[in-house]
Amino acid sequence: MNRQIVKLFGLLVVLFAVLVGFTSYWSVFEAEALKEKNANKRPLLEQQRIERGRILADDGTVVARSVAKGKGDDLRYVRRYPDGPLYGHPIGYSFVREGDSQFEQFHNDELIGEESELGSLIDELRGHEQRGNDVVTNLHPEAQRVALSALESAGFGAVVGIEPASGRVRVMASNPPYDPNLVPTRYSQLATDEFATPLLNRATQGRWPPGSTFKVVTAAAGLDSGTISAGSTIDAPATIDVQGLPLANSDGQGYGAIGLETALTGSVNTWFAQLGEQVGSETMFDYMADFGFGSTPAIDLPDDQVERSGVFEENELLGRGDPVDVARIAIGQERLLVTPLQMAMVAAAVANRGSLMKPQIWSRVVDPDGRVTRRLDPSQYSRPMDEETAEALATEMEGVVDFGTGTNAAIPGVRVAGKTGTAETPFNRSCGGGDLNQAWFIGFAPADDPEIAIAATVECTSSFGGELAAPIFREVAEAILSGG
Amino acid sequence: MTSARNRELAGLVPVALLLTAGFTAVFAQEEARLDDLSLIYGAYFLAVCVATHVYLRLRLPDADPYLFPLVALLTAFGLVMIYRIDADLARDQANWFVVGLVLFALTIHFLRDYDVLERYRYTIAATGLLLLLAPRVPGIGEQVNGAYLGVNLGPLSFQPAEFSKICIVVFLASYLRENREVLIVGARRILGVTLPPLKHLGPLLVVWGAAMFMLVFIRDLGSSLMFFAAFLALLYVATGRFSFVAIGMAMFLAGAWFFASTVPHVNDRIEIWLDPYSDPAVSGYQVLQSIFAQADGGLFGKGFGQSLITIPGTDNALLPAAQTDTIYALIVNEVGLFGACGVVLTYLLVTARGLKIALLADDGFSKLLATGLTAVFAIQAFVIIGGVTRVIPLTGVTLPFISYGGSSIVANFVLLALLLLISDRARRQARGAASGWEAT
Repeated sequence: MNRQIVKLFGLLVVLFAVLVGFTSYWSVFEAEALKEKNANKRPLLEQQRIERGRILADDGTVVARSVAKGKGDDLRYVRRYPDGPLYGHPIGYSFVREGDSQFEQFHNDELIGEESELGSLIDELRGHEQRGNDVVTNLHPEAQRVALSALESAGFGAVVGIEPASGRVRVMASNPPYDPNLVPTRYSQLATDEFATPLLNRATQGRWPPGSTFKVVTAAAGLDSGTISAGSTIDAPATIDVQGLPLANSDGQGYGAIGLETALTGSVNTWFAQLGEQVGSETMFDYMADFGFGSTPAIDLPDDQVERSGVFEENELLGRGDPVDVARIAIGQERLLVTPLQMAMVAAAVANRGSLMKPQIWSRVVDPDGRVTRRLDPSQYSRPMDEETAEALATEMEGVVDFGTGTNAAIPGVRVAGKTGTAETPFNRSCGGGDLNQAWFIGFAPADDPEIAIAATVECTSSFGGELAAPIFREVAEAILSGG
Repeated sequence: MTSARNRELAGLVPVALLLTAGFTAVFAQEEARLDDLSLIYGAYFLAVCVATHVYLRLRLPDADPYLFPLVALLTAFGLVMIYRIDADLARDQANWFVVGLVLFALTIHFLRDYDVLERYRYTIAATGLLLLLAPRVPGIGEQVNGAYLGVNLGPLSFQPAEFSKICIVVFLASYLRENREVLIVGARRILGVTLPPLKHLGPLLVVWGAAMFMLVFIRDLGSSLMFFAAFLALLYVATGRFSFVAIGMAMFLAGAWFFASTVPHVNDRIEIWLDPYSDPAVSGYQVLQSIFAQADGGLFGKGFGQSLITIPGTDNALLPAAQTDTIYALIVNEVGLFGACGVVLTYLLVTARGLKIALLADDGFSKLLATGLTAVFAIQAFVIIGGVTRVIPLTGVTLPFISYGGSSIVANFVLLALLLLISDRARRQARGAASGWEAT
C-alpha cells in the first residue's frame, strides 16, 4: 500500500499547489482588475479610512478637510468644505459613493498619501499607517470670492486668473456654483440639472465663441509672422465681402487706412478680417496651436474635465488644411469655441512677454510631519510670439482700456491692458432664445509688470463685453493687486 | 525517545512567539497602544501546549514530534485571526481549544489500544450516519444558510459532520483492511474497465448512497465532497485500482449533477460558483467579497488587524462569515499571499507527517486509518480554501484548527490523537526493529 500512499501524497501536493495558484491569481495577478470591479466597494471603503490630506488656499485658508466619524472598525473620514460653494470649482469633491472630481480627483494620490509604489511598500513593511498629504493651491481666497459674487450678479459664466510669469492659477470661478458638502445628499439633483449644470466647471468645460477677444491672437499672428509691422496700415471700410457674404463693423462705420492701435481699440472687424486673410489659415492654425488651441490645457485637472478650444465641425476639431473661413476666425467667429481657461492663457502669454507658462492650481505638497515634499516648478508651455511682438501688443491693449471699448476695466493708478469681446450666440440653447450675447473680457495688470492675467465671460446676456465682463475683470484684478 | 519529544518542545517555541506577536499586532491596531495582555495570552497558550507536551512525553514518547507543534501553530494563528474579529469569540475559541486538548488526552488514555475500534466498526459506522442525520431531526436540528449542519441540544450546539467524519473513516479503514484482498482478487475487467466484484459492491454503494443522501437531506455539498473524496483516497490506497476511483468519481459527479438540478440549495451554490457576478449583491456576495478581500491583500497583506470586515458605520458584513467559512480570505487580506502560502504549507506539512505515519505503520488497519484521517483532514482544508478561492463551489466547511467553532476544533483534536496513537506504535516498532529488539 505504500506506493499508493506516496501517490496520494503527490495528488494532495498538486491540489494544494492549485490552491496557491488560485490565491496568487486573485491576490496578485488579477488584483488590479478586481479592484476596478463595480461590485467591489472595498478600495473605496478603505480609502475613507485614510485621513485624506487637506487642501489649502495660498494663504493657508482650509479649502477641504477630513473629519473622523466612528471609532475602531467604524472609523472613517468624511470630506468637509468649510467655505461651501466658494471652491466647488475647481476643487471638486471626494466622497465614497459619488467618487472624486476635479482637483480632488487629479491630486488623489498625494491626498491619500500614495505617492510611489516603493514608498508605500516600505511603509507597509514598517507597519506605518497610510496618511494623506496636504496640498496647497495658488488660489487667492479674496479674489475667488470677488469673482464668484461678481459672476453671480452678472449671470452664468466663469472667471480664470493666472499669474503670467509662473502659470499659477489664482482664481477659477464658475457660476452657477454648487456646494460640495451637499453632494452626498443632493447628487442626483445636482447631476441632472440640465439648465444650470452646476457641476460643470465653466472655466474649463464651458465653450463659447470668443468674439473680439480673439483679435489678440490674430494680432499676435500678424505681427510675429511679419505679415504686418507696428506701423502697417490696412484699409478698413464699413463692410467687406468675405466668401460671398458681407462682413461689417459692429458700429457700421468705415475707418479708412488705419494701424493696429486704432483697429484694436475700436475692435474694427473689417481690419482684422483682412489681416486674417493675409496671414492665411495655415499660419493662423500654427499660432493658435502655440497658444494651446487644439490641445487639452496642461492644467492639473482630470483630462475629461478640461475641454479643448478651437474650430469645431460638429464635435470634431478642425486644423491646418481644413476648409475654414479664416477672415471670420480672425474676428472670433466662424466655428470657433473657446474655454475661459484658454483665453486666460492667451492674455497670460502676452503679459509674460510672449512666453506661455503651464497653468497650475497646486503649489506644494506638505507631508503629515509638515515637510514640503514637492513644490511647483513653473515651466513654459510654449512661446507663441517673441518679446517685441508681445510688448507691442501689450501697448495696443493698454489703449483698449485707456480710450477704447474696455474703459470699464480701468483701475485708478494701475496700467491695465485688455480686450473686450461680444459674440452673438444664436445657437446657444441654454439661453432659451432670449438674450443671445456672450460677453468677454481678457486682460492683465499692471501692464508694465503683470501680476495677473484674467479672462472673464458671461453667457446669455444682452450686454456687451465692455459693459459686463470688463467690470468683473477690474474687481478681480483689484482684489489680487491690493492683496499683494 | 527523548529526542523526538525534545524536537516537539523546540517546535512549540516559535508557535508561542507567533501567537504573542500576532496578539500584540492586533492590540496595537485596535487599542492604538501596547498591552501586556497579549503577553499573558501567549504565556497561557504556551503553558497549555507545554502541559500537553508533557502528557505526550509520558504517554506517547515515540509519537511524531512535528504534528502537535504544526497543529498548535494553526490553532495559534486561528486564535489571532478570531481575536482580531471579536475578542469574545476568541475567548470561546480558547476555551474550546482547552476542551479539545482534554478530549485529545482522553482519547489517548482510553484508546491506547486503538485496535478495539475494529471490533465496534458497525456501531461506529451507525453512529457516524446517525450524527449526520441528527440535523434533520425536528426539535434539535438547525438550518444554517439553507444547509442542515447543526444540532442544538439546549445549551450545547454542535456540527455533527465534524465528528461523523472520524467515525466513517474508522469504519472504512476497518472494512477495507478486511476486504481489500477480495476487492483486488475478485475484480474483473468488463469492457476494458476493471470493476470490483459484485458481491462486495454493496458496501461501497452504501458509501456512495450516504454521500448522495447528504447532498439531498443535509444539503451540504462541502461535507459530501469531503467524505466521498476521503473514501476514494482510502479505496485507492487499499486496492491500488485507479479504475475504482474513476468509477467512484463518475458516480459522484453524476449523482451531484442529478441532485444539483433538483435540490435548489445545491444548485444555487453551483450557479454562484460559475457566475458570481450574476447577483453580486445577494447570492454572489460572499464569494465575490472573499475574492475582493484577497485582491486587496496582495503579496504582503495589510497587516494583522487592518482588514475591513464590516462596512464602517454599519453592522453589515463586508466579508460574511469571516470567522468561519471565509477566514482564509481574511488571512490573505491581512498577511497576503506570503502568509496564505505559509498556512497552505502548514496544512501540507501536517498531511506529509500524517501520511508518513501511514507509511511507517505495520498493520493494514493502522495504515488505512492514518491514511483516511490524514486524507479527510487535507481534503477538508482543500474544500474550504478551494471554495473561498473559487476553485470549487463555496460551501460551509470549517478550516481545520483555524476557523471558529467548538465542534471543529474538538473533533480535529480527536483526529490528531488517533494519528499520534498510530504514530507512537509504528515508530516504536520501527525503532525496536532497527535496534534488533523485540517490539512490544
